[in-house]
Amino acid sequence: MTLPQAFFAYIGGMIVVLSLLVVTRKNPVHSVMWMLLLFVHIAALYLFLNAEFLAAIQIIVYAGAILVLFLFVIMLLNLRKEETEKRFQRQWPFGAGIGVVLAVFFVLIVGKIDVIPPLGQYSIDAIRSEGHIMTVGKVLYTEFLLPFEIASLILLVAIIGAVVLAKKRVE
Amino acid sequence: MNITDMLWVLIKTLIAVSVLMLHVAYVVYFERKVIGHMQARLGPMRVGWHGLLQPLADGLKLFFKEDIIPSQADKPIFYIAPIIGMIATLSSLAVIPLWQGFSIANLNIGILYILALSSVGAYGIILAGWASNSKYSFLGGLRSSAQIISYEISMGLSLVGVMMLAGSANLSDIVNAQAEGWFIWYQPVACLIFVMSAIAETNRAPFDLPEAESELVAGYFTEYSGMRFGLFFMAEYAGMFIMSALGTICFLGGWNGPDLWIFASVPKIVWFLLKVYACIFIYFWLRATLPRYRYDQLMSLGWKVFIPLALANIVVTGVLKMIWR
Repeated sequence: MTLPQAFFAYIGGMIVVLSLLVVTRKNPVHSVMWMLLLFVHIAALYLFLNAEFLAAIQIIVYAGAILVLFLFVIMLLNLRKEETEKRFQRQWPFGAGIGVVLAVFFVLIVGKIDVIPPLGQYSIDAIRSEGHIMTVGKVLYTEFLLPFEIASLILLVAIIGAVVLAKKRVE
Repeated sequence: MNITDMLWVLIKTLIAVSVLMLHVAYVVYFERKVIGHMQARLGPMRVGWHGLLQPLADGLKLFFKEDIIPSQADKPIFYIAPIIGMIATLSSLAVIPLWQGFSIANLNIGILYILALSSVGAYGIILAGWASNSKYSFLGGLRSSAQIISYEISMGLSLVGVMMLAGSANLSDIVNAQAEGWFIWYQPVACLIFVMSAIAETNRAPFDLPEAESELVAGYFTEYSGMRFGLFFMAEYAGMFIMSALGTICFLGGWNGPDLWIFASVPKIVWFLLKVYACIFIYFWLRATLPRYRYDQLMSLGWKVFIPLALANIVVTGVLKMIWR
């Protein structure tokens, strides 16, 4: 096993283990902590793929904003009851069984795939020479301008919806 | 990367961390002296000449104090919270260029890296507030989480103007782009927003609501004692250093000094540290001058004034850059 493979094996394995920890912890705050570690590992995976901008955004947006909001809500709800109640529904062995079958299936399929996709113009060297932020910015604002604007419009609609829901009703 | 490169990185890390730790010890002394003189007192005078050994005495005291843990606390999180805060702050140092070519890691995403770590640092505060299982700590933690999220947005947006002018998010490139003029002259609005947001991010007066002693005892670290309290304390002052260094790099021209022949032999780090200490002095000055904000005022200031202003600044910067180029 080469060094990149070993690194990927570590990151991938840790992501699986941490995801399991997130769903199995009894205390929701502990779940969030494992999730923070999970996000850090995903960011490391992005770095490994030469996507430094995505790695930073992963931490800023997911770990810095979304997960803090999770934590905020969990703390305000004070979920002491969750800790004493049963963690899972009755059917969980069945679900786990399906999960294992699917995992085996995936492993078998992935071994069979040997098609190498055609390389585009954004090779690793091209990205390194220009910097990842600049490459992403150029692609986002030229080639994919319309999808980008549509996505921002959808987010705007969601924001307006939240404001309308949260607004005080004036009789 | 070969062995000598790795050794060099290790040595650089040691230099940077020891400079920062010395700074943390003596900036507390500096603060007590500055505020003392502003309030017509003398500040620490007893330990050593003009109290110069006071930081050492304080450090020793913190080391030997008893480490008390509340009986209902969530122990693992209570233990790890100050460590998260401290590590996140110290790691930010990795991308700060102290002088030309000296940064432990010269990242292309330097600014984003610092923003990411400052958002991770918020976990230390929030978790400390939650794990202590005390109402004061909890309220402090909640206030801090809301405050840090809000002001991180305006801080990030204010730095976008700087990145646009420099054409890079690399901190060394930003300093080199300021060879002709400091960005504070080109980005005065962004600089103002950055200063305010940096104060809110580091939980300093007048935005120190998370640790408001008149209502919350000490806020999120009420239940901490001994060296764990010391870690929070050090993280706060190290955070001030990081924010001041970021401000120096982005707005005050970094390590570049006045271009006169008398100063030619002065090492660059002297200029850098002088500017950083000037920024830190502003922190103390504000603390001695201004009363604390009310919490709802703080939130509406962040969301209704600073964020729209920072967005407008980005638009104006973009338009002006298009015209002049």
